[in-house]
Amino acid sequence: MITATQQLEGYLESFSEFEKLAAGHDLPWLRKLRRDAFARFCAAGFPTTHDEDWRFTNVSAIAQTPFRLTRNGRARLSQQELEPYRVAGVASQLVFVNGRFARELSLLSKLSDGVKVSSLAEEIPSNPGAIEEHFGRYLDVRRDAFCALNTAFAEDGACVHIPRGTLVEEPIFLLFVSTAEDAPSMNHPRNLIVAEENSQATFVEDYVSLDGGGAVFCNTVTELVAGDHTVLAHYMIEREHKQAFNISTLRIQHGRGANVVSHSVLLGGALVRNNVHPVLAGEGGECLINGLFIGNGHQHLDNYMLVEHASPRCGSRQFYNGILDGHAHGVFHGRIIVHKDAQKTDAKQTNRNLLLSDDAQIDTKPQLEIYADDVKCTHGATIGQIEGDALFYLRSRGIDEVSARKLLLFAFASECLDRMKQGPVRKHVEGLINRCLLQMAKSAPGASTENRREDTGRNWEEIA
Amino acid sequence: MSLLEIKNLHVKVDNHEILKGIDLKVNAGEVHSIMGPNGSGKSTLAQVLARRETYAVTTGEVSYNGKDLLAMKPEEAACEGIFMAFQYPVEIPGISNAYFLRSALNAIHKYRGLDEIDAIDFLPLFREKLKLLDMDEKLMNRSVNEGFSGGEKKRNEILQMAVLEPKLAILDETDSGLDIDALKIVAQGVDAMRHPERAIIVVTHYQRLLNYIVPDFVHVLVDGRIVRSGGPELALELEEKGYGAMDAEARHATPA
Repeated sequence: MITATQQLEGYLESFSEFEKLAAGHDLPWLRKLRRDAFARFCAAGFPTTHDEDWRFTNVSAIAQTPFRLTRNGRARLSQQELEPYRVAGVASQLVFVNGRFARELSLLSKLSDGVKVSSLAEEIPSNPGAIEEHFGRYLDVRRDAFCALNTAFAEDGACVHIPRGTLVEEPIFLLFVSTAEDAPSMNHPRNLIVAEENSQATFVEDYVSLDGGGAVFCNTVTELVAGDHTVLAHYMIEREHKQAFNISTLRIQHGRGANVVSHSVLLGGALVRNNVHPVLAGEGGECLINGLFIGNGHQHLDNYMLVEHASPRCGSRQFYNGILDGHAHGVFHGRIIVHKDAQKTDAKQTNRNLLLSDDAQIDTKPQLEIYADDVKCTHGATIGQIEGDALFYLRSRGIDEVSARKLLLFAFASECLDRMKQGPVRKHVEGLINRCLLQMAKSAPGASTENRREDTGRNWEEIA
Repeated sequence: MSLLEIKNLHVKVDNHEILKGIDLKVNAGEVHSIMGPNGSGKSTLAQVLARRETYAVTTGEVSYNGKDLLAMKPEEAACEGIFMAFQYPVEIPGISNAYFLRSALNAIHKYRGLDEIDAIDFLPLFREKLKLLDMDEKLMNRSVNEGFSGGEKKRNEILQMAVLEPKLAILDETDSGLDIDALKIVAQGVDAMRHPERAIIVVTHYQRLLNYIVPDFVHVLVDGRIVRSGGPELALELEEKGYGAMDAEARHATPA
């Protein structure tokens, strides 16, 4: 355990070392951006549970670990080691090891004309003007110390540019691999995705970690600029091992009529926080946030979203399903801000949770801040258990208890899966969910956990 | 050997004794009806036979096909050939009727060492039974019982029974909430399942269903005990006299 001063000294040392050599260290605007962000981080420090936005999530495990940036050069990974993480049916797969682009491990195929998928560290020196146009212009480092920290150490990640009117059929896959070192290590992937007017594409961020070694902390930020009338889908899949720390922020900027679907699937990690922050800045924008989190053991999975309606006639939907077992702790914090001129806003938020054990816990908090007067805004949350009646029904037809549990858990998770478009990504996610749930169903107590309470027929407790 | 033999069965729920010593023998090929007023324990009996664990058996034995039924889990009893048509079939969003039924059939096949059936081979069997119960194939792609009317739910139960071909079928108030047309279809479906190797227990409150599924034996259940047993004409007598009278008669009857 380290003191606050030691912690700060450690980061200061890391930053001083980093900023001298990082890509773009000679660009005044980037240097300033990094320094201001670092100063902000020093001033604010890591959030505590006294911060409203972090009320249910204690990050002291991160704050008190002396994380250092991964050492020079990155771990050498073999194709073989990466094999289990490859996804079938995907043309492009960019691999980042500890936040750094690994060209030799990546699969780059011929994408449509003008589509650029590359490493940010390469783009910064070669196209600084293009980067400067968008980089850091949307993320507010004052909101969140982790965002500030990421900006301070931002150097590499995916840089994607889709030219106007381009339809990219195949999903653009980004695989982020964290490998442990002898000492606690951190990496800060920074992604910049710009989709110009009227383009369509799908982006997938998949976070995995290789076992063994010390603590790993991955702190990632993605700025997604959705031009006017774009149709985009973004996936965030967190499936690192159960000792990993993962903080991620997806900041979306919607142009006029932009339609963006954001899927988040949290399956792994010890302490995970996923922030989704769309700003509907153009009239008629649509945003769907589709989340699933499955926790077991002592996992802590925190889902935070902030949907800002900053323009009239925009629609947003947030659907989050959580399944928690063991001593897992899930959090859902759904904020919707409807700004003064965002008339005819249509916003809906639903969080449904299944608690499978006495020690599983969910904190669910809707937060609506409405400043316009002609809006439609609803929210709802439910917390329940596997329905005894449904379980018995399946068993009474010959299906064994473990399979029946898995079927019911999968049916619940399917609500999220069904909002994903058919294709290799959905298939990939379905496989991951299946494996996760089978594990969960197998570890349920052998004897039926059916209790003797009266079946009222209504299993869901409406709490909001 | 009887297919089902119940000896002195006492069942408790929440410290409340519901069944107070049931004795019953059912042979393959027979149709038995158990009739009784609300609260008599009809559903409890059905659920205990289907192995619902919320019911505590305090005394008694139940042998099914020569085996100890009370030692079986619900899925075992089902694989051994017991099927209960629920009084209140539950809705299960996210699992389609077709997938569910095929999974159930395959679970039973696996238990019996038979090959599994894939989705394509399942279709003809499925369609044949759908027709028998006058059900729309489109309903089958929907989630289990989701948005089904009362009648559709009951027909879905009989559809499942038709596909799974049990040895012992227990119908728990299958007629409740059905209009006369739905009742006829359900009854026809059940009647079509009569077989020398199959026994059917029809649990019902009203006599009307028994016009269509004529039982071989009728048992009157009042306050957790079978107070009288007889042939099909007993159902008509019950309709005339009512449960109260029959119970009173039984109490005054000279012990055998």
